[in-house]
Amino acid sequence: MAQIQSASGPQVGRTSARSWFVRGLTSDYLVLALTVVYALALGPFVPTLISWASAREVLIAMMPLLVLAIGQSFVMVIAGIDLSLTSIAALASVVAASIMTGSGGYLAGSALATPVALVAFLGIGVLCGMLNGYCAARLRMPAFMVTLVLQMFLSGVAVWYTSLHVEAVSIGNLPRSFVAIGSGNIFGVPYAVLIAAAVALAAHHLLSRTVLGRWLYAVGINPRAAQVSGVPVARVVLLAFVLSGLCAAIASIIYTGRLETGTPVLADRVLLDVIGAAVIGGVSLFGGKAKILGVFFGVLFLSVVDKGLQLLGMSQFVVFAVKGGLILLAALLDALRNYLLLGADR
Amino acid sequence: MTERGQALPPLLELRQVSKQFFGVTVLKQMSLTVHAGEVVGMVGENGSGKSTTMNLISGILRADGGEMLVDGAAYAPLNAKDAVEAGIGLIHQELNLFANLSIAENLAIRQFPKRWPGLPFIDGAKMRRDATAILAEVGLELDPRTPVNLLPPGERQLVEISKALAQRPRLLIFDEPTTSLTSREAERLFALVDRLRRDGIGMIYVSHILEDVLRLCDKVAVLRDGALVDNAPNAEMDVQRLVRGMLGRPVEELFPARTAPLARHVEALSVNGLTRSGQIRDVGFTVGTGEVVGIAGLMGSGRSETARCLFGLDPVSAGTVNVAGKPVSPLTPANCMSAGMAFLTEDRRGDGLLMSQSIEQNAELAMLADLEGGMLASVPRHKLAAAAAAMAQSMHIRARNFDRQPVQSLSGGNQQKVVLTKWLMRAPRVLLLDEPTRGIDIGARS
Repeated sequence: MAQIQSASGPQVGRTSARSWFVRGLTSDYLVLALTVVYALALGPFVPTLISWASAREVLIAMMPLLVLAIGQSFVMVIAGIDLSLTSIAALASVVAASIMTGSGGYLAGSALATPVALVAFLGIGVLCGMLNGYCAARLRMPAFMVTLVLQMFLSGVAVWYTSLHVEAVSIGNLPRSFVAIGSGNIFGVPYAVLIAAAVALAAHHLLSRTVLGRWLYAVGINPRAAQVSGVPVARVVLLAFVLSGLCAAIASIIYTGRLETGTPVLADRVLLDVIGAAVIGGVSLFGGKAKILGVFFGVLFLSVVDKGLQLLGMSQFVVFAVKGGLILLAALLDALRNYLLLGADR
Repeated sequence: MTERGQALPPLLELRQVSKQFFGVTVLKQMSLTVHAGEVVGMVGENGSGKSTTMNLISGILRADGGEMLVDGAAYAPLNAKDAVEAGIGLIHQELNLFANLSIAENLAIRQFPKRWPGLPFIDGAKMRRDATAILAEVGLELDPRTPVNLLPPGERQLVEISKALAQRPRLLIFDEPTTSLTSREAERLFALVDRLRRDGIGMIYVSHILEDVLRLCDKVAVLRDGALVDNAPNAEMDVQRLVRGMLGRPVEELFPARTAPLARHVEALSVNGLTRSGQIRDVGFTVGTGEVVGIAGLMGSGRSETARCLFGLDPVSAGTVNVAGKPVSPLTPANCMSAGMAFLTEDRRGDGLLMSQSIEQNAELAMLADLEGGMLASVPRHKLAAAAAAMAQSMHIRARNFDRQPVQSLSGGNQQKVVLTKWLMRAPRVLLLDEPTRGIDIGARS
């Protein structure tokens, strides 16, 4: 017995070095650590990056992106993808703006303008999500195709719809009560942060505590086993897309309020950021894995990188290239993590 | 055997071979010899080290200690290719065929015959001729152009075997070859093993079916907890001795006697006129409480299909299912479950388990639909986890822990116990079992 133990001594040492490595790569806080390292490394070159003001700026600016990434996570956890998120946000933006705008809106000047517009935002998000979900769940179309087509379709509709109402490219003159959502605050905490925090907490609760959350993971890992175990797979898939659409609508409210106009090109640049942030935050492209805290870190990391590069005075193309590279790395890491986690128990 | 063994070095010899995974010893000083023309049976419970031994021999894993010899010369395969070159063929339990390709293409996949040397044109005619010849050896009369996905599982297994034979191996390892075979196909396999033995091919035959092992093998090695505990010529072995070796204790009976007499017939399940076009027609039967009803039939006769339709997994065109006198309508898995049915499927990987999740998470899955408050209800995590752990404990599932270890890393038998745990959590009235003992050892069965 003693002999066996002494023989396994070095083995244990090697194992713990390896498991440290595995644990590091699979830790929830890896991305947060990377963010801090990145900020500290750029600190000497752009001292303004490490300041209370720029931290606050980054945090506030990333809120709608966080909400979109949370929406994306609901779909990615069932091993799907939602490429139509940003177009849903754009369509909701112009439709809601056309209702409440002071210049020729359907409810111009009415006290009901803002509440009705908010309902319109959410309604469009849910409807578009249902359309995606119906195609994916009932008609069994690949999520990639359905949402890519819807992305094109909805952004076309958004531009056309805008042209029906105004000569310009966007719908301005929104009521003050609505614009406050984008710029107002309570005790110094912007509404946008409160809304995003509420979404994040609700999403965290839903994924980690509720029956639906368990079902989302189960469907993502093995839809056939889920079905045999009595999970209503089609309904779960549909709901994942509805939740994603709902998040797109909420993000649209924040963006529209901030811009003070409804525009059909709203958020059209952030789609890859949304997917990238989720992947960087540990949401697996293979389904079955997502944590809201991780998504938060992913969005934070991407936003800090963006801010740092801008402060360095890099051109937009460099920013794109760097972010693209980082997202690719995160996707590689996702594949590697999968391999390590499965391999570690073999 | 002995004379031959003294004259020639054994075909394969394992000397004190050991293997550890992350500091856990899974194979302790295993020694084994296989001579040409000898069939060595290998038996042991799940997790006893059979798979590890096979993987070491076929180059999938590398040993940490000891040595292996082929024809008396050192043999240390670095990968599966080295093993093939040394003349060792492994027939996997899980099939490794490309279902979308034809039989001939599958057989030739390692080295397609070329029309002209050096040019990338496949000689289709030669490929098919070769395939026909190889198929004839295992007694399969099939058109080699048939796509593999059109074959029933039993014939796929025979194709897998002929694929290994196509490499002209000198040592063949069979890993549970009969699990998907009907008895007639199994007979054909046994005849093939006998012929290969006469041709001087050495074989290692791993199976849970002890009667087959005793009938087929010249020598039997018994493994328990990663160690060789018994190794004797076939003539000295019997089922009792094998089981004693495998479990480390005698087992009185394989099938427990049915203790509870059926007091009176109370109908638990009745099936009437179940029909799904092209698969099953007008299936009807009843099951009383406490009864065990067997459904037998050849591959493709509609056994699994009946079970799947019965549980609402595949839509039916006609027929009704009643549980305890009440009709299940519409026939969906959720409704079947709330009526008290449970279904242990044939394919535990495909539709039994969430491989990357823990035992507890798997065991809880079927309980979720019953929680009050619907989809947005909070999962009573601690209560469910405690119940799952208790049930897993009572099933004697061997695992490091119940709450973190992914079920993927469990042995096949323990995985099957996890599926069973999931269903027993619901205390079902009617339990459908489709090929439940596939790859399960004796200790788990009884």
